[in-house]
Amino acid sequence: MIVSTQKPLEQIMTALEGGKRVFIIGCAKCATVCKAGGEEEVFRMQDALTAAGKEVTGTIVIDETCHMLRTGRDLRSRREQVDEADFLLVLSCGAGIQSVAEASEKKVVAGTDSKFLGNIRRFGQFEQRCSLCGDCRLNDSGGVCPVTVCAKGLLNGPCGGMEDGACEVDQNSRCAWVTIYERLERQQRVERLDEITPARDFAHKRHPNSLVLEK
Amino acid sequence: MPSQLVRKLAANEFVITAEIAPPRGGDTSGMLKAAAFLAPFVDAINVTDNQGANMRMTPLVASGLLVREGIEPIMQLTCRDRNRLALQSDILSAANFGIENILALTGDHPKLGDHPHAKAVFDIDSVQLIQVIRRLEQGLDMAGKKLEGVLPKFCVGAVVNPGSDPLEPQIMKMEKKIDAGAEFFQTQAVYDLKSFENFLSKTKHLKTTVIAGIVLLKSAGMAKYMNENVAGISVPDNLINEMRDTKDKQAQSIEIAARLIKELKPMCQGIHIMPIGWDKLVPKVLDAAGL
Repeated sequence: MIVSTQKPLEQIMTALEGGKRVFIIGCAKCATVCKAGGEEEVFRMQDALTAAGKEVTGTIVIDETCHMLRTGRDLRSRREQVDEADFLLVLSCGAGIQSVAEASEKKVVAGTDSKFLGNIRRFGQFEQRCSLCGDCRLNDSGGVCPVTVCAKGLLNGPCGGMEDGACEVDQNSRCAWVTIYERLERQQRVERLDEITPARDFAHKRHPNSLVLEK
Repeated sequence: MPSQLVRKLAANEFVITAEIAPPRGGDTSGMLKAAAFLAPFVDAINVTDNQGANMRMTPLVASGLLVREGIEPIMQLTCRDRNRLALQSDILSAANFGIENILALTGDHPKLGDHPHAKAVFDIDSVQLIQVIRRLEQGLDMAGKKLEGVLPKFCVGAVVNPGSDPLEPQIMKMEKKIDAGAEFFQTQAVYDLKSFENFLSKTKHLKTTVIAGIVLLKSAGMAKYMNENVAGISVPDNLINEMRDTKDKQAQSIEIAARLIKELKPMCQGIHIMPIGWDKLVPKVLDAAGL
């Protein structure tokens, strides 16, 4: 899922300057799970904006705001409330915010910061394990991603900053390369690491990216 | 003039290197003075690359200035701040400046330095960087395009942290660096001889030159700080106590460093002194160590 966090209210208020009426949009998927823009957060935002002197013309929680056609359709179903608003405040990931911008000529305000593609450890705990590099090498690294889990994305082993198995950047994180090495050792295939891994092909990371499936 | 470092490595003679940092500013007079002071006592001088991820003048220019002064630099080159185009450009430029030695490193993460909001590049890693240098020497860049004119030639070194725990992944990477073409290794500072011996016994199978790192202790506080904050450094309590109890910290620092060097000398092929500002003590340390 996409992990996002809500921007501080004062930042949102600054972005809403120059208009009184706001239509609030949440997302029923990722933003709900990470509590940045589900029903509850949209409701709280409505209260906060009302308390700050804004007029909320309506709210909606779209099922997958990243779905562009659905977002367009759902906004059309609330055309009156949307048309009345000076701003559309969106509490979803950056993809969802841009679905809204694509569907409406209204001024769109982002109420969240999108952080990472996250695994869910348990309720309210998210960890980045994949950075969508476009060229998966988990088959060579024991199922642990050096591109993401190593703070430097190193492909050929740990840097000199590893200390007692911990990462130079965060002492509370285990060095990805220690994890990879120990895991492959337990599986008796540590020799997989003997070969030098060539440099990454960053062409896979060119953006904006797109994919159209063959029919 | 052929590189003194290359000559000594080839003759299997004991190597002595030291280290200076380019200035945080455009004036290189202080750096050149420090280099000129150290030069008569050492074979080559490392020139650091934004060390600790703290912004300074580029080691390319600083090393080039040393060459102009007749001082042999080991240009450090990290993967933190430059993508593959910039790294290759700098390597070719180094050849043009007459820089003969390059130390290839990963580089500390920007989070540890004075520009924590900088983009961490790490387009390639230190193993790949060594390969790139070797490939350029063969006349090919990373894209496979041919270089023009006289080809560059370098003595390429790498680093290893012998106090790394666990050690095996570090040795795995060291092996890759040798496969890639590293000719010598400078190590993180060594204080714990037992742990260094353990490292040497686990790397006996590797045919390379190990140059042991020596950081001059300045105080008990500094030693404790390094123990807590610098990966792979472990200053034993007896050395910390010696620094705490002494009235003359510089004399004690010299005594400890010289003792370490004497003990390390039979075990490795060279020492790399990082004086951390106490440059003027380096000749005294070497003298006391009988070098």
